[in-house]
Amino acid sequence: MADLALPAVFLPLLGAIIAGLFGRAIGDRASQIVTCGCLGLAAVCGVVVFNDIAVWHHTATVPVFTWIDAGQLKLAWALKLDTLSAVMLAMVTVVSFVIHVYSVGYMAEDPSIPRFMAYLSLFTFFMLMLVTASNFVQMFFGWEGVGLASYLLIGFWYDRPSANAAAIKAFVVNRIGDFGFALGIFAVYYLFGTLDFAPVFGAAPAMAGKTFVFLGMHADALTVACILLFIGAMGKSAQIGLHTWLPDAMEGPTPVSALIHAATMVTAGVFMVCRLSPMFEYAPIALGFVVVIGGTTCVFAASVGIAQNDIKKVIAYSTCSQLGYMFFAAGVSAYQASMFHLITHAFFKALLFLSAGSVIHAMSGEQDMRKMGGLWKLIPITYVVMWIGSLALAGIPPFAGYFSKDMILEATYASGTEVGQYAFVLGCFAAFLTAFYSWRLLFLTFHGHSRADHDTLHHVHESPNVMLIPLYILAAGALVMGGLGYHWFVGEGAKEFWGNAIVVLPSHPGIAGAETVPGWVSALPLVAGLAGIATAWYAYIRQTGVPAAAARAFEPLYLFLLNKWYFDEIYNFIFVRPAFWLARVLWRRGDGMVIDGFGPDGISEVTGDLSVRASRLQSGYVFQYAFAMVIGVAIFVSWFLFWRSA
Amino acid sequence: MSHWPLLSIVTFLPILGVALILILRGDEAATARNARWIALWTSLVTMLVSFVLWADFDTRSFDFQFVEQAVWLPGLKIAYHLGVDGISLFFVLLSTVLTPICVVASWTAITKRVKEYMIAFLVLETMMVGMFCALDFVIFYMFFEGVLIPMFLIIGVWGGARRVYAAFKFFLYTLLGSVLMLLAILAIYVNDGTTDIVTALNHNFAPALQTWLWLAFFASFAVKVPMWPVHTWLPDAHVEAPTAGSVILAGVLLKMGGYGFIRFSLPMLPDASAMFAPLVYTLSVVAIIYTSLVALAQEDMKKLIAYSSVAHMGFVTIGIFTGTPEGMQGAMFQMLSHGIVSAALFLCVGVIYDRLHTREIARYGGLVHNMPKYALAFMVFMLASVGLPGTSGFIGEFLALVGAFKINTWVAFLATTGMILSAIYMLYLYRRLIFGVITRDDVRSMLDLNWREVVVFAPMIAVVLWMGIYPSSFLHPMQPAIAHIVQHLEAARQTPHAPALAQR
Repeated sequence: MADLALPAVFLPLLGAIIAGLFGRAIGDRASQIVTCGCLGLAAVCGVVVFNDIAVWHHTATVPVFTWIDAGQLKLAWALKLDTLSAVMLAMVTVVSFVIHVYSVGYMAEDPSIPRFMAYLSLFTFFMLMLVTASNFVQMFFGWEGVGLASYLLIGFWYDRPSANAAAIKAFVVNRIGDFGFALGIFAVYYLFGTLDFAPVFGAAPAMAGKTFVFLGMHADALTVACILLFIGAMGKSAQIGLHTWLPDAMEGPTPVSALIHAATMVTAGVFMVCRLSPMFEYAPIALGFVVVIGGTTCVFAASVGIAQNDIKKVIAYSTCSQLGYMFFAAGVSAYQASMFHLITHAFFKALLFLSAGSVIHAMSGEQDMRKMGGLWKLIPITYVVMWIGSLALAGIPPFAGYFSKDMILEATYASGTEVGQYAFVLGCFAAFLTAFYSWRLLFLTFHGHSRADHDTLHHVHESPNVMLIPLYILAAGALVMGGLGYHWFVGEGAKEFWGNAIVVLPSHPGIAGAETVPGWVSALPLVAGLAGIATAWYAYIRQTGVPAAAARAFEPLYLFLLNKWYFDEIYNFIFVRPAFWLARVLWRRGDGMVIDGFGPDGISEVTGDLSVRASRLQSGYVFQYAFAMVIGVAIFVSWFLFWRSA
Repeated sequence: MSHWPLLSIVTFLPILGVALILILRGDEAATARNARWIALWTSLVTMLVSFVLWADFDTRSFDFQFVEQAVWLPGLKIAYHLGVDGISLFFVLLSTVLTPICVVASWTAITKRVKEYMIAFLVLETMMVGMFCALDFVIFYMFFEGVLIPMFLIIGVWGGARRVYAAFKFFLYTLLGSVLMLLAILAIYVNDGTTDIVTALNHNFAPALQTWLWLAFFASFAVKVPMWPVHTWLPDAHVEAPTAGSVILAGVLLKMGGYGFIRFSLPMLPDASAMFAPLVYTLSVVAIIYTSLVALAQEDMKKLIAYSSVAHMGFVTIGIFTGTPEGMQGAMFQMLSHGIVSAALFLCVGVIYDRLHTREIARYGGLVHNMPKYALAFMVFMLASVGLPGTSGFIGEFLALVGAFKINTWVAFLATTGMILSAIYMLYLYRRLIFGVITRDDVRSMLDLNWREVVVFAPMIAVVLWMGIYPSSFLHPMQPAIAHIVQHLEAARQTPHAPALAQR
């Protein structure tokens, strides 16, 4: 049955190739059928494989063929199938299939449908290669591949300068993360002499505490390797500092935001940390670093989310914030909780994005919430599913997010470390902010008086079924996934479910610690969430003047949040502009004046000068020549007499 | 086939084509047409013969194969000695594959002096192949210098507006280095009593002599690579050269430096190589960062790609001088990959240059609208240049850096920044050329790739992906030869007269 992983991974590639290369020839409809069909089959295979592995524990590695063989480095293309990859395999294929179908409706008016479907399928292929990788380099292949697909899809509407800029930004910021990832891979190879997961994980305990010289410093080997790898994860999963590309990535069509920038690609970093748990477990400092970054990101992104007016940007920052939760969960060794939240989040966040897409679709492309309002009567189905998504996001029982988020915060509290407490406090505060911005979004969009112009309002309509059915599927996931998965992912069945895929040292409490926390810890996230909803209700339904008044009263803070903590401005000032300035200086001054000036041009000029002077010597007067000759002979003879005889 | 002098056939077959072209008579148009066809067929047959080399190559042996030896100047112990090992084999293939591509790429672009042009390319092919096959220093040097002459003419006769300046800059820079190499070869001859390369490779030179020989070779090869700061001839030469000239320049001529390092400097002068490795690392890292930044500021597309070549070759020189099997195989692979990818990028530039006759990036924009096939081809080569895994560019860069990390983490750290910078300047270029809306009428009227251009690009795309997905076809044959050099280096490291290494 494990062989079914092959079609699950490669069918999307097949679909991408057919739609991408022959899309013009076979037409829009055929491209849609081919890609959706391939993805549908892949999803079936993915679920079967998941069942086979997670339930029956038939873990396997399916070899494909040799990849790199140089020196001692031997790498193969292979699919590693254990619970961790099977969970991702099933989730990615199912969510991707749903979004493929949704795209048929959403992109119906677009002139380049085959290209869009091809990109989506191509992305899915790379994502599956990433999650099924059996070595670091194949993971890197998938990793950069999803980055490419993301670049292509963000810049899908290539006529827009803003889309092109966002696409480049996404690729380059991810490359900065990948710079760390690549160095991490080099470090792993240097330390372990191999890049296959299995032998590296086997040797990791023996590597604990060893040091090596990195950039002139004696550093703990595993800590350095893990932090470098984690920098890659920070780029891909938009953690603070390397998050700036994610909000801009909303330039892409909404199905892209749902698939890539919510459900799958951005969670690759979290997946990586979980996959590498056998290494991270022996690098406590790296784990602490993960917790701090995750905790900081979750509150930073949520705080920015409350001040945004673009409906997609709010959800984008929300994603960034939720990824922070997943990271600090992984950092306190609650990898299972992290993966659990990853899966539930994939459903409810994809749902939120697609609902937002439905709203935008209904509003003829308008994304500014200040121009919406009162839509609930016009698009009731979208309204309902958006509520479901928001309830799941805010962690209200019995929706999916409640189970996973609660588990994360409890495990974090139970970890007992200082960084764990830091993350717990920020996580609870972020839970309040999350609920607040979610209901701010709901109220601004669906309630109150409409602020849209008459023309737009006239065209508002509920989306067609091809878009609504995917919403139902995802809504069902957001409703039941938490309750269904709890037992297996983090409950009593967890040990058996995960098998050897995740390693947790006995000294780390991880998810086991969650059972022992006091009652107020379990209740706090829920209370924070309800408080957030209540605050939003007060500010946007009851006393609608409050937000404006608050913005005036705390203007610096408001501007700080509205401008996203000024990250873009600061980066522009300290990196982008100096780089271009330096580029021009090196070119004009370095190459032009210094190297050429002293090198070829300078020499040829000097040679030219000399030849002009030499030609002046050719005066034509015989006595001058004779004079020069005599002097020359004199010098030559005297040199010969004095030096040679001496 | 083993009894045939295959290497001589591959080397001198193009000269046969030259002879055929020379006897062409008739009116100008007919001569031009016939010259093109003769050049194409000759180079295609040469390519096919060179594939026989690859097929018959014994991948388990590090030794020279298809060896041909004939007495030439017996009194001076100078012989006609040819042979290929896992290192030179692929450079021979690179030369024979790129030449027919060049001929096709010049099909309609070159309209004046077609006969002479084709002759120049065929002579160039002979020189390149001969250089990579040569196992005698005299023959090597003759071919090494001989390459300059047709290239000088190609730039100087069929080049752009400032072609004479560029041609002289190119010639002077490279000649300056070569003269020093000639001195080194004379020194080896005095020392060894023979100019045979195989003998020299197995000879242990005294450390003091090694230092001087290394520097002399370095002067020549560093200019060819080119390494910073002797790279400034390259952008000018590329900008003025016709498209096919750029293709050969970037595809093969730059590899002569790297080939020289890996063939001579490392195995013949191991102590000096170890001593000077930090110098090479420094220059390479500077090259990667400096020229990547300079590439960012370019407004001329050919210059941009030329500067990117310098940066990419920085990975090569780092990889070679790590002396690790990974690093050296990576460097080799990077050279092959760059040979295909940069050649393809120059062809891409040529495609739109032929249509609009300007290299200024700002004059284009929005080409994806009317040239979707072109946009796809360019995208693939751009990604390979950026080193995306799954393309050829990744394997070489990755292996070279893996090797570098083993030796020195600072080198690896700084060189890896090239990964970020290359993404910036290439994506920025792609965006300015391909994306956006078309604002000018002349750009709007540009046609997509014709079938002749498709025929050129399709196999190159296939090779780029093949090298990225199944690189073993290339890594495997070169493995024994590289391992042999590494062993040699290890042995030198053990001997007492290596103070520079003992410290590390």
